[in-house]
Amino acid sequence: MTALLRPKHQRLVLVLFALAALIGAGLLAAFALSRQASFFYIPSDIAAHPPEPGRAVRLGGMVQKGSLKTMPDGVTIHFTVTDGKAWVPVRFTGITPDLFVEGSGVVAEGRMEGGTFVADNLLAKHDEKYVPREMKNMTENDAKQVVAQTK
Amino acid sequence: MIAELGLALLWMAAALAALQLVVGSLALRAEGRALAGMVRPVAVMQGLLVLAAFGALITLFVTTDLSVKLVVENSHSAKPLIFKIAGTWGNHEGSMLMWVTIMAIGGAFVALIERRLDEPTLMATLAGQAFISLGFYVFLLFASNPFARLATPAEEGQGLNPLLQDIGLAFHPPTLYIGYVGLSIAFSFAIGALVTRNVGPAFARAMRPWVLGAWIFLTLGITAGSYWAYYTLGWGGWWFWDPVENASLMPWLAATALLHSVSVLQSRDALRAWTVMLGVVAFSMSMVGTFLVRSGILTSVHAFAVDPQRGAFILALLAIDIGGALALFTLRAGTVTEGARFAFVSREAALVFNNVMLCGILGIVLIGTLYPLVTEAYGVKVSVGAPYFNPAAAMFAFPMFAVMTVGPLLRWRHDRLSGLPGRRKLWPVLVCATLALAVFIGVEWAAHRINLLPALGLAIASGLFPASLLPLKGRNLRRTPLPVWGMVLAHAGIAVALFGMASESAFSVERLAALSLGASREVGPWHVTLDGMMPIAGPNWTALEASVSTRYAGAAPVVLHPKAESFSNPPGTRNESALETRWNGQLYVVLGEQAGDGRWQMRFWWKPFVPLIWIGGAMVGIGGALALLGRVLSEIRRLVAKDKIAYRRMRQGR
Repeated sequence: MTALLRPKHQRLVLVLFALAALIGAGLLAAFALSRQASFFYIPSDIAAHPPEPGRAVRLGGMVQKGSLKTMPDGVTIHFTVTDGKAWVPVRFTGITPDLFVEGSGVVAEGRMEGGTFVADNLLAKHDEKYVPREMKNMTENDAKQVVAQTK
Repeated sequence: MIAELGLALLWMAAALAALQLVVGSLALRAEGRALAGMVRPVAVMQGLLVLAAFGALITLFVTTDLSVKLVVENSHSAKPLIFKIAGTWGNHEGSMLMWVTIMAIGGAFVALIERRLDEPTLMATLAGQAFISLGFYVFLLFASNPFARLATPAEEGQGLNPLLQDIGLAFHPPTLYIGYVGLSIAFSFAIGALVTRNVGPAFARAMRPWVLGAWIFLTLGITAGSYWAYYTLGWGGWWFWDPVENASLMPWLAATALLHSVSVLQSRDALRAWTVMLGVVAFSMSMVGTFLVRSGILTSVHAFAVDPQRGAFILALLAIDIGGALALFTLRAGTVTEGARFAFVSREAALVFNNVMLCGILGIVLIGTLYPLVTEAYGVKVSVGAPYFNPAAAMFAFPMFAVMTVGPLLRWRHDRLSGLPGRRKLWPVLVCATLALAVFIGVEWAAHRINLLPALGLAIASGLFPASLLPLKGRNLRRTPLPVWGMVLAHAGIAVALFGMASESAFSVERLAALSLGASREVGPWHVTLDGMMPIAGPNWTALEASVSTRYAGAAPVVLHPKAESFSNPPGTRNESALETRWNGQLYVVLGEQAGDGRWQMRFWWKPFVPLIWIGGAMVGIGGALALLGRVLSEIRRLVAKDKIAYRRMRQGR
């Protein structure tokens, strides 16, 4: 075997190698995304089609008034997220975002465990300029009603 | 007055950019050759004018001119001076002006100092640079004028988002922008070379310092941005795979690949079309990043422009610039002849492997970043995070690191790993590989809970670090050229950063607690006690400051002061974490809220070896700087020698 390929062949081999790697990356990405992307749910979605337990999802809605309770350890909280049609109990252990209060909008990242949504992270509505985008539509369409109902 | 002056300067600069484009293109034809002398001065003048316009905007912010809309919306008279200056680019219009300023100054530098490239290619390059700039000038002047006045001056400014009121903001965006925009020069060089069909070692030699410079700034910018997110966001993480972070990572990946392929083109005249392609891709990634960050498609502190018109404008610019470049590439790639050949076992082959793996990671990151945007167009909202990015990127990164251990030791063109010289080269690599294997087995054996990825990361980092020093073996260290030192330092930096990342992910200890005054907790090897709580005030904020005494297993206690700050203009809060760094890691303390029963929520992390992430990043950047310095010095020596020869010849009357 000669050590050096002819120029045309060398180019062909390089192009094929690069294509194979890029297609591999694309397939790998498609496969991993189908398993790992976490979908956004509102409470009625969870009531209608609950995600499989343990799958990472995001839950968005309003924190129901009067539902927020702090556990004796001081850092675990329980509250209910609602969109006015369905209610999902949420458990979160950690420091809550600054603007997290009852009646405000929230996006929780976590998973369903039994009937409870266990949140790893809470994103609260920050101020008018920096709203989590998933909540923008909701605040326009439903949030006012929701707040009115839960007041 | 200053606002009008700034606007006028900006218009003049835009006009000069148009002139530069027209004259530069005409100079490529035989009839227009006479115009060629004009292009360089025009490019320099354009740089100076837009720099003056940027200076005018900074002046407006420093004096808090409340008749200017941008100042009113983003500044406040009570802000400290440094944040008034940094506030200039802490908003959409100002950051876009900074973008064109850096772009024009980059072009001016090319015009001033680039002497080794052939004249037609340089003309085409400067014309290309003017073309890209012109798009951004139009964007600034018609869709985001930074100098717009208010009909009636405001009473007081609205201030800057508290998250942005940090010393990091003063340096992080300019650093990253120099990186992004530096790649525009590589892009213009690629266009220039395609136009004149002159792709070869001379072109690579001219392009390389610009790529290297941009890459150094990108590296440092990403490293600094990561540290900034780590200590201001108070989430204890250093990388979130946030689209904004990905937007800076993607150009870096492309620029890293470009840097390596340019070296092949320069030394061996191979990988011609591939290098030009990477030049186009690298800046395209900068543009995609800008589009993602600035269009308002994403929500973050970086998304200033929520105006959909602006998003559409940037998208149009993106389509014109990238589409045009790719069309040119398709037309001309066939005429770029094949480069020199190389064998399967050679340094070129190792660098090709590195390039392809980097492009694989780039593909993974790009797809993961765009996927949520695509699904959202179909009404499905998803978010993609670490569970996707980490393993998928590692599939490409780890093989690349393996090849990195041996690549720098191989000879150009053709090398043999059998026989005595081959064995002499291979056995140190085998020692490193054995070390990596030992670390892997040790980690898996000693700590069972550690996931596969961090364990692999620790192992590869332990093998890669000594292996990256091997190119120095058998060399006279005092006579080793600076670029070799640079490469060794940068490769070692990758190993150091990888070790930090893997260690952080494998060994972090997190404690969340509600503490009353005087209460204690154990955090890994640390013993922490909440001593007191004190209200304090700054120029435009008030804060609660906790006193936490911490003691590392037997060492002397250290008092830390995490703060929860409240800003008044605009209203907002920020948790300032407190950090205690030891040689073997960092303790990270965040103050939360007061619970109903009077206890304070506190969050603690013990992160072994986490500072290595940023030390490694800095090493990579400094390695790049050494390589660049070496090149500049040798260039200066060459010029001096040339002048000496010319001088002697003159004296001898030849």
